[in-house]
Amino acid sequence: MSGGSVAELSAVRSGEAPESSELSELSAVARLASLPGVSTASGVAATAVHAQATGRVLPVLPALAGLLPWGGLRRGSTVAVHGSTSLLLALLAEATSSGSWAAVVGVPRVGLSAARELGVEVSRLALVPRPGADFASATAALLDGVDLVVAGPPGRFGGTQTARRLAARARHRGAVLLSLGPWPGAEVELRCAPVSWSGLEEGHGYLREREVAVEVGGRGAAARPVRTSLLLGPDGVVVRAVDPVRPALPSGGAAPSAEEVKVG
Amino acid sequence: MTAPVLSRPPRMLVLWCPDWPVVAAGAAAGLPAHLPAAVFAANRVVACSAIARAAGVRRDMRRREAQSRCPELAVFAEDPDRDARLFEPVVAAVEQLVVGVEAVRPGLVAVPVSGAAGYFGGEDTLVELLVDHVSGETGVECQIGVSDGLFAATLAAHRSLLVEAGTGASFLASLSVTELDQPGSERAELVDLLRRLGLRTLGAFAALSERDVVARFGSVGVLAHRLANGQDERPPHRRRPPPELFVTETFDPPLERIDVAAFMAKTLAGRFHSGLAARGLACTRLGIYATTERGEELSRVWRCAEPLTPEGIADRVRWQFEGWLRAGDGQRPTAGVSELRLEPGETVEGRSLQLGLWQGGDGGEHTPEADRAARALVHVQGLLGPDSVFTAVVEGGRGPAERFRLVPWGDQRTPSEGHDAPWPEQLPAPSPATVFEERVPVVVSGAAGVEVSVTDRHRLTGRPQRVAIDGGAPRRVLGWAGPWPVLARWWMPEAKTRVRMQVVLEGMSGSRSDIALLLEWQAKRSPLWTVEGMYD
Repeated sequence: MSGGSVAELSAVRSGEAPESSELSELSAVARLASLPGVSTASGVAATAVHAQATGRVLPVLPALAGLLPWGGLRRGSTVAVHGSTSLLLALLAEATSSGSWAAVVGVPRVGLSAARELGVEVSRLALVPRPGADFASATAALLDGVDLVVAGPPGRFGGTQTARRLAARARHRGAVLLSLGPWPGAEVELRCAPVSWSGLEEGHGYLREREVAVEVGGRGAAARPVRTSLLLGPDGVVVRAVDPVRPALPSGGAAPSAEEVKVG
Repeated sequence: MTAPVLSRPPRMLVLWCPDWPVVAAGAAAGLPAHLPAAVFAANRVVACSAIARAAGVRRDMRRREAQSRCPELAVFAEDPDRDARLFEPVVAAVEQLVVGVEAVRPGLVAVPVSGAAGYFGGEDTLVELLVDHVSGETGVECQIGVSDGLFAATLAAHRSLLVEAGTGASFLASLSVTELDQPGSERAELVDLLRRLGLRTLGAFAALSERDVVARFGSVGVLAHRLANGQDERPPHRRRPPPELFVTETFDPPLERIDVAAFMAKTLAGRFHSGLAARGLACTRLGIYATTERGEELSRVWRCAEPLTPEGIADRVRWQFEGWLRAGDGQRPTAGVSELRLEPGETVEGRSLQLGLWQGGDGGEHTPEADRAARALVHVQGLLGPDSVFTAVVEGGRGPAERFRLVPWGDQRTPSEGHDAPWPEQLPAPSPATVFEERVPVVVSGAAGVEVSVTDRHRLTGRPQRVAIDGGAPRRVLGWAGPWPVLARWWMPEAKTRVRMQVVLEGMSGSRSDIALLLEWQAKRSPLWTVEGMYD
């Protein structure tokens, strides 16, 4: 974490005038925290809260906040979403409805009706369906002015070099680069697999909702993997179960311990 | 007449294209002129062609009634932009013969008559010449009227009359007071009131004293009273081609790098803008023309919804250079740019540059985020061309792809009528997050591998059991729902029966993810089934 957050933490601690029994423990923490590259858990939390309050993290739907290491989309970061366009659109929902703009480059097939149903403010969504050979320059231009840029996989357009350049541009401009599919060097990776669909019967009914297993990984703050089961359906996005430790994906259907927390 | 005659308004010639909205809509749609057509706004006839009128269609008629009187009526939506765009050649044709042309509204051009009539040898000759020239150049039928003042000349044009000088007021006096209600004047209420008061002719209205008119009808009444008197509502503002507003710059050595071009663009844009501002103008259409050292001509016209600021002009010039100098092989100019010319294609009065006092008054967003995004999107348009960046506008429709219309950035975003109406064959949420533009063929097979089709009564011929996507291995069907027939536009001759079905397919061996698809079946087509969308 940044040196600023550590300094802040120690400033707060020193202002509290701790009792003598805690003093040695605290000074040990402070000593550790003063090492470069080491941050305390409360320091991380405080920085995240601070970043959200100052607008350095774009908000996401409450159900998705737990998935992301910053409780939202940190400006300057690169997020890769594998296997679900819906989840990607759901990530845009809260930010676009609170005034941020989003752009989609090189994804001609994005379903706008689905975007609206997931809560995206479609009037603040710009589409560049066919950038062609100018994918990199168009994406770079969008990163200059648009908060959230969704790009198709860069593989067809120039590979790892382009991907790194664009990620650096996003970092520099304070935009969030989201990719549909793999993105070399992404900070956060969300992998989704649909587990089960409900609503369809033999010849009648409608597709109603689905359960999706999401696995979050990545670098830095997102290095600790989190696995979650989400319900995408008529009630928006709902967290079905969070499982940060268990290595296997939660099995489909109704897990006995699954507590249903409706947030979205 | 009690009102003091202030001054005789200048003698005007008005060239009027009858039913211009219909003519423009028909021309844009490629509809032959002998078919009846009408333009509608809010379900009411705004304008109709002469043939439709002969069939009994009138202005302000409801669409249903108009269509019942004239079933083969071609229906167009009102589009002032289209009218204006197609009218431009007509104005240009008039401008070739006469100077000081003022386009009053699409379909109506006014010209001060005195100078031109003297040059061409009389008003009759001028009228004849103009009618020939305009129809020869643009193929548009028009009528011409000449009288004192714009209002009288417009009414004269409706009747193809040449009113003698000085008899404008007496020409008007016998006409009905309803003539005051010209399109765009919004005097319907006043005219209605005058009629109920027993003032049936313009002459009767003009005979009232101006003082009484002010007391009873307010400022709207005074303007109408001036018109009825043969006065002008306002002095004409002449549209002049302003060649002195062009800005040309030659570069030695030629510009080959974008950063140099961007620097030059800034100073050039400042000069261009101040030249316009000195005349109280601002530019809404900017033409950028460049000549390279080897004589290649590059040009691009930028049209903007809002008048351009100096920064906006500089940005566009810079982006245009980026577009030109960074183009792919074969499209890139072979030499540096040696001459650059900026032309104001369309100007508006400079006060339109004033920002609204209240945010959001003009419908658009003006948050810092929106402004930044707008700049970035225009930049991308400079790189890829204007038809590369879109925003979506809600449109009524049944299929997942039909519910939004993509509008190029910078164009007006007006949702179409009926977008919030209930669309009966819409599938409920969720919609597919991936909508395929190209149709991916699938084979739906039932028991014993027989392909499943749809009967005339929209029933499946068998239970779908396996689906093979795009020639791949067949996957087992875990669940399916439908078929739902799409009966939209069944009255069109080229309409074909279509049917939608949702299926959930088992994942391929190894991957555990099931996929859900929206399939579409269409009669007498190969392949019968295609993937319309994927719920991913």
